[in-house]
Amino acid sequence: MSQAENNNEKTKKSFSRRKFLVRASIGAGVLVGLPIIGINPLRRSLFENLESMLPEYAITDPATTWFEVTADNKIFFHSPKVEMGQGAFTGLAQIAAEELEVDIEKINMLHATTAGRPIDPRSTGGSDSISALFAPLRELAAGLREMIKNNAAEILGVSAASLKLANGVISANGKSITYGEVVQQANKWEAPKEVRVKARKDFKVIGKPIPRVDLMPKILGEPIFSIDQELPGMLYAMVIRPPKIDTQYKIADASKAELMPGIVKVVKEKDFVAVVGKSRPEVEMAIRAVKVDWETNKNWNQEEILEMTKVGKGEDQLIQKQGSKIKEEGLIEFEYTTPAGAHAQLEPNGSVAHVTADKAILYISTQVPGITRKEVAEALGFEEEQVEVQPTYLGGGFGRKLHTPNSVQAALISKAVGKAVHVFYSRKDEFQTQKFRPPSHHVLKAKLNDKGMIDYIEHHVSAGNASFGSPISSKGLEMFMGADLGIWSGGRINYTKIPNIRFYSWHVELPFATTMWRAPGVMANTFAVESFMDELAHAAGKDPLEFRLVHLPDNEKGQRQKAVLKAAAEKAGWGKNLPEGRVLGIATSGELATVIAEVAEVSIENDGYGDYIKVHKVTCAIDAGMIINPDGVKAQVEGGVMMGLSASMYEKIEINDSRVQPTIYGPYRIAMMKDAPKEIEVIIIESGDKPLGVGEPPIGPIGAAIGNAVFSLTGKRLRKLPLAEEFAKVSS
Amino acid sequence: MKIQFKINGQAQTVDVDGKTPLLWVIRDLLGLKGTKFGCGKAACGACTIHVDGNAIRSCSYAVKFAEGKEITTIEGLSDGDNLHPVQQAWKEEIVPQCGYCQPGFMMATAAMIEKIPNPTDEDIDNNIINICRCGTYTRMRKAIHRAAEIKNNNA
Repeated sequence: MSQAENNNEKTKKSFSRRKFLVRASIGAGVLVGLPIIGINPLRRSLFENLESMLPEYAITDPATTWFEVTADNKIFFHSPKVEMGQGAFTGLAQIAAEELEVDIEKINMLHATTAGRPIDPRSTGGSDSISALFAPLRELAAGLREMIKNNAAEILGVSAASLKLANGVISANGKSITYGEVVQQANKWEAPKEVRVKARKDFKVIGKPIPRVDLMPKILGEPIFSIDQELPGMLYAMVIRPPKIDTQYKIADASKAELMPGIVKVVKEKDFVAVVGKSRPEVEMAIRAVKVDWETNKNWNQEEILEMTKVGKGEDQLIQKQGSKIKEEGLIEFEYTTPAGAHAQLEPNGSVAHVTADKAILYISTQVPGITRKEVAEALGFEEEQVEVQPTYLGGGFGRKLHTPNSVQAALISKAVGKAVHVFYSRKDEFQTQKFRPPSHHVLKAKLNDKGMIDYIEHHVSAGNASFGSPISSKGLEMFMGADLGIWSGGRINYTKIPNIRFYSWHVELPFATTMWRAPGVMANTFAVESFMDELAHAAGKDPLEFRLVHLPDNEKGQRQKAVLKAAAEKAGWGKNLPEGRVLGIATSGELATVIAEVAEVSIENDGYGDYIKVHKVTCAIDAGMIINPDGVKAQVEGGVMMGLSASMYEKIEINDSRVQPTIYGPYRIAMMKDAPKEIEVIIIESGDKPLGVGEPPIGPIGAAIGNAVFSLTGKRLRKLPLAEEFAKVSS
Repeated sequence: MKIQFKINGQAQTVDVDGKTPLLWVIRDLLGLKGTKFGCGKAACGACTIHVDGNAIRSCSYAVKFAEGKEITTIEGLSDGDNLHPVQQAWKEEIVPQCGYCQPGFMMATAAMIEKIPNPTDEDIDNNIINICRCGTYTRMRKAIHRAAEIKNNNA
C-alpha cells in the first residue's frame, strides 16, 4: 500500500460520515398529495416548478473518499462527474481549490473509479455537474480544510484561529507545515460540527477564467480516452451489429472467419456474435466473413415514421395551462418539424474490459459509471462490488454515453476468451445502432388582439422517447410523470403576459431507439416556438425583439430573459445598418433556470451550384447565474451554438427499408470550418448566488435565429429542419 | 511483410500485412495513441498525421506505402519541451473541449502552415476539413492564424 493509500485509510477510519442537506427529491412530497388534488394538476405544478425541484447532489461519502492528500502535498480529487469536454473538471477543481485555500495547480483531477471512490447516483448530464455540486462540494472541501487546520494547530501547538493558510502550507508564529505533512502526522480526524464556507467577496479562484485543467494532455495527445487503454495480453474484438432497425440476431455461421489470420475466437452469445483477434484490422477483415441471419420484424420507411410522429397520433399530456382554451376558427396556425439526429461524437462507444473468475474491470467512456457497473454485474452474475468501472475522459458524450450496453458485451467477450479485450464500434455501427434524437412535429396556434398582442397561444409537440426508456429513467417515474421531459423540455411558453396558454406534449413509440441528445427537446421546441413568435411578430407588424420583450413577464426570470435579449440585440447591432446583404435574426430560450438569447447575422450566398445560407456571426447573451469560470462558460456557449447550428442547418437521419441513412460523416453532414461563423460573441450577465446550467441552453435558439433571419432577408419561412435542405427546396 | 520507416525521428521496422491501415500500426503496434480513430473512411480527419510532411488520413493509408518515408504524429510534433507553434497557439486560445479530434486538427494545421505561411480565412476553410463535434471552430480559426504568426516570428 502506498503512502497515499495508507494516509487515506487512516483518514477514512476516523472521519465521521457527514450527510449534507438535500432538498426533497421529486418523488417524495408528491405522492402524498395525490388523492387530494388529482394527478393532472399535480403533474402540471411539477412541470411548472421543475427548476426549483431538481435535487442537489447528495454527498454521503466522507471527504477522504473524494480527496487524497499525499505526503508530497498534492491533492487528488476523485470526481464522480466525468469530463466530456464540458469543462466540469475545471469548475469542480476551482470550487475545491477555493475552499481548500490552494492554487488550482495543486488540485489533480481524476475520474473516480467505482471501487472505493464516489459514485454519481445519477449521470453526468443535464448541465448540472457544477450547479448540483456547488453547495455540497464547497461544504465538503471546507470541512476537509477545517480538519487539516485543527490537526495542524495541535501539531504546531498553537490555536487554530492563529493559523494562516497559503497554497497548502499552514503557518503560525514562524512555524509552518504542509497539508501533506499534517495528513501524515495527524492521528485523529474529527469532522467539524459546523462548516463555514468562504464568503463570496473572499473568492480567489472561483470566477476566474482559468485555462481548463485538462488542456495540456489534450494538446499533447496523451492517451486519456478509453480507446487508448491497453492491458497485458489484451485482444481486440468487434461485435457484429444489426444492419437494420427493429431487427434481432438469430444465428451466425463463422466457420470461415475462425480460420482467418489473427482470429482467436468467435464468441456467440444469446443476442450477439463477436469476433476476437490479435489486432483490430484482422478482426475488421474477419467480421465480413461471418454470415449472420437477422430477423427484421417489419419493413419501416421514412413516411411511416413521419406519420407516426404527427401531433394527434400518440398520447398527450397537458404541460402548461394559463387562462382559457380558445377553440374558435381562424387562429394563426403553422406546423414545424425536426428530423431524427445522431450524437455523432468522435470517440466511438466501447471499452477495455478484463473479466476474471471473481472480478471485472472496465475502462470506459461513460456518463453513468454506477449504472454501467450495475449492468455489467447483472450480466456476469457478480455482486456490484466485484465490478470496477474506471471511467476515462470522454471523446464526446452529448447523451450517447448514457447508454452502455457495449460494456456488457465487452465483459461477456472477455469472460469467453479469458483475456482482456478492447471492444469498440466501427463508425457505421455507431450510426446504424445509434440512439437518436427523436424526430419531432409541432403544431402552433395563436390569436392576436386588435393591438397586435397575443391573446392566446397553443403549442403541441409530438416526438419519440427521449428520457423515457433511458437508463436514468424508470417505469414508475414515467407512469407518474405521464409526459417525457426530454420531449417537452424547452416547449413551455415563457411569454406569460399572454393571457391564455396551452402546451401539450404527445408521446409516440417509434420502432428505433431514441434518447436524450444535448438539451433534449430544447432544440426542437425552441426552433418551433421561436420561429412561430417571429411569424406572429411579422403578422402583428411589430419588431421581433420588441414583440418578445412585451410578452415576457416582469417577474425575476422574465426580467433576466429580457436583459439577455436586449444585450444580445444591442451588441449584434439590432436595428442598425449592417453590411450589404446581411440581416439579423433573433431567438431566445429560458428552459430551466438559465436564460439565453442568440442573434444570427446571415446572408444568402451563391457558390455556383445554388443559393445557400451563410451565418457570419452569432451574438449570444447568457445569464447562467453565478459564474465559476467565464472562459469555460464562453467555450460551452460557443460549442453549443456550433452544435445547434450544425444540427439545425445540416443534420438529418432517415429510415428507409428499415435501414438508417446515412451511416458516415460527410453524407451525415456536420458543420465544418467553412460552415462555422467567423465569430461567436458571448456576453455573460452574472446574477444570483449560485451557478446554473450552461452546457445545454445554447443549443436552443440558434436554429430559429437563423430561420428568422432568412425570412427577413427573403420572405421565405423555413418551418422544417435541416434549414439548408429546406431553403434549397423553397428556393427552387 | 517487413516495412521500414521513420516515425517521430526514429527508425522502425514492422512486420504486418501491407494492407493494414497505418493508423492501427501507429496506435496498437507502436503504442502511439495520440492519433485517433474516428471513422475509418477518411471522412473525419481524427487520424491525420504527416507522411513526408504531407497531411494524410492514416485510417485509409496502407502501411506498405509508408516504406522508406518519414512519419510524424502528434507525439512528435513538438521539439522536446518546446511546443510546436500550433500547439502553442492551441494552448493560448484554449481550443480543446473533449479533445478527441484535436490532434488531427493540429496535424492538419501544422502541415498547412508549412505550405501556406500566412493562411487566409479562405485557405483555412479549404484546407482544414476535419470534423469537431464539440464545435471549437471559432477558437481553432483564431489559433490557426496565431500559429502562423508564432511560426513566422520564430523563423
